[in-house]
Amino acid sequence: MSSPMPEREADVVVIGAGPAGIAAACSAAGGRRVVLLDSSVRPGGQIWRHRSPDSLGPAARRWLHRLQCHSVCFEGRHTVTEVERGRVACTAPSGAVTFRPETIVLATGARERYLPFPGWTLPGVLGVGGLQALIKEGATVAGLRILLAGSGPLLLPVAAACADAGAELVGCAEQASATELARFAAGLWRDPRKLLDAARYRFKAGNCAFRTASWVRRVERTDAGLSVELVTPAGMQRIACDLLATGFGLVPSTELAQQAGCAVADGRIVINDRQETTMPGILAAGESTGIGGADAALIEGRIAGAMAAGRGMTHELPLAERAGHQRFAAALERHFALRSEVRGLATPDTIICRCEDVRLGSLDPAWGSRYAKLMTRAGMGPCQGRVCGPALKALYGWETDACRIPAFPVPLGRLLTHCLTTNPTEE
Amino acid sequence: MAEPVTILIDGAPVAVESGTSLAAVLLSRGRWQFRRSPSGEPRGPLCGMGICFECVVTVDGVPNVRACLEPVRNGMDVVTDA
Repeated sequence: MSSPMPEREADVVVIGAGPAGIAAACSAAGGRRVVLLDSSVRPGGQIWRHRSPDSLGPAARRWLHRLQCHSVCFEGRHTVTEVERGRVACTAPSGAVTFRPETIVLATGARERYLPFPGWTLPGVLGVGGLQALIKEGATVAGLRILLAGSGPLLLPVAAACADAGAELVGCAEQASATELARFAAGLWRDPRKLLDAARYRFKAGNCAFRTASWVRRVERTDAGLSVELVTPAGMQRIACDLLATGFGLVPSTELAQQAGCAVADGRIVINDRQETTMPGILAAGESTGIGGADAALIEGRIAGAMAAGRGMTHELPLAERAGHQRFAAALERHFALRSEVRGLATPDTIICRCEDVRLGSLDPAWGSRYAKLMTRAGMGPCQGRVCGPALKALYGWETDACRIPAFPVPLGRLLTHCLTTNPTEE
Repeated sequence: MAEPVTILIDGAPVAVESGTSLAAVLLSRGRWQFRRSPSGEPRGPLCGMGICFECVVTVDGVPNVRACLEPVRNGMDVVTDA
C-alpha cells in the first residue's frame, strides 16, 4: 500500500535534543544513521537554549560542536506525536513524518511543576523556567520589576539571568526552610562546581531579598501591574511587580514513554543500568528518568547512545559518576519537599485546568484524573494535563492519567492521514 | 544574527530582530496577553517551551500556533486574541 505519510529511514531516533539527547545521538553515531528530533528550532533543550552559541558555557559549546561533527541528522521543529516500538511519528512544518528505527532513545527531559493559587492564570504570571526560556529566546525584560517565587535550585540562576538582562528583581521567595536549604547546600560538597555556581548566581542576583519559608498566596492585576501577597516568616507582605515567575521544581516528561508502553514509576521512566526501558528497543536517558541535572543527563545519554549503537557496556562508560548524580536527585526531592501550605492555596473558584477553564470547586478530591476528565474535561485540552496533572498530583495525590494519541494536538488533516495509514492489526 | 525582518502584528507592520521566537518578540513589545481562554479570560505565556499552549496565536491563517516555538520570519502575519 502506498502511504501518504512520508517515511524516513533511520537506525536510531533520539527524541529530545537537550544534553541527554545530544550525548546519546553523538555516542550512537558512527556507522548508524542517527536522527535527533526536537520541537525547538535549535538543539540544546532547556538548559542549553540559545540564540547564539557564544552565550553558552564551554561544555555546551563543545557538545553542540560535537553534534555537528558527528553524522547526526538534527531535525528541529519536529513535535513527536506518537511512539511505539520501532515507530516514531511526528509533525513538522512540512507535514507529518514517520520514522521506523531499530532503536528509540527517549530524552524527553522535564518540565516545571506549577501549583495553582488565586491569580496564577493572569498574563504576566509565568514559569520560572518559562521566563528563563523566553529571555534566552530574546525577550527584553530590562526595567521590569520581577518577583520570583517557588522552590528549587532553578530560582537562583533565573534571578541571576533577570539581573543580567537589566530587570529589577523585587524579591526571590523559596518555600523550603532555611534549614533545608542549608542541608541541601551542605550536601553539595561532593560536587563543588554546583556550589560555586550557586555562589556565583547569588552574587549576580545582587542585593535582591532572598526569602526562605516564603510563598505567594495570591496575585491580582492593578493599574500599576501585579499586586502580590507574599507569606513570609515575618508576616504577609504586599509586593508590586510587573512579572511574577513561579515554579515548584521539575517533573519528568513521561507521556511518550507511557504511550509506548514503557513502565513509569514515581513519575519517572523505569530504566535499568543500561538505560533500557521495560520495552525492548526503547532506551531512555536524562531528566525523564529522574531529575539529576545536565551532567547526569550527559552521562546517561552517552550510555544510552553506546547501547543504541550495539556497543554494549564498555569500561569507558562513567557508571560511578552516574551514581553520584543519582544521589543529587534524591537530595533535591528531600530538601525541596513541598510544604502543605503551598498545596492548599487554590480556592474553589481558582482555575486548575487552564486549557478547559475547570475550577477547583468543580473537582471532587475523591475522584481520580480519569474520572475528572469524564466529568469536567480537566486535562482534556491541548496540553493534555501536562500542567494540571502534576498540580492535581500535589493537591489531591491523583496519579496522572496516560496520555492519549496524538501526544500533542495535530491538525485534523494530518490526523486523518495517520488513521488511514495505521494498520489496526499492529495495535 | 540580528538581521531585522518585518512582521505584521494584528495588522500593524513591525520591524523585529530575526533569530528570535515570536513569543519573545511580543513580550519585548510589552504584550503579555496573547489569547483568551474558553471562558474569555486573558492569557499569556507560561512555560516558554511548547508544553502549556497558553501562548497560541494565529500565524498566516493557521490557528493555535505556539508562539514560543515559532521563529519570526519576514512577512509573517500574526493575529492575537487580546
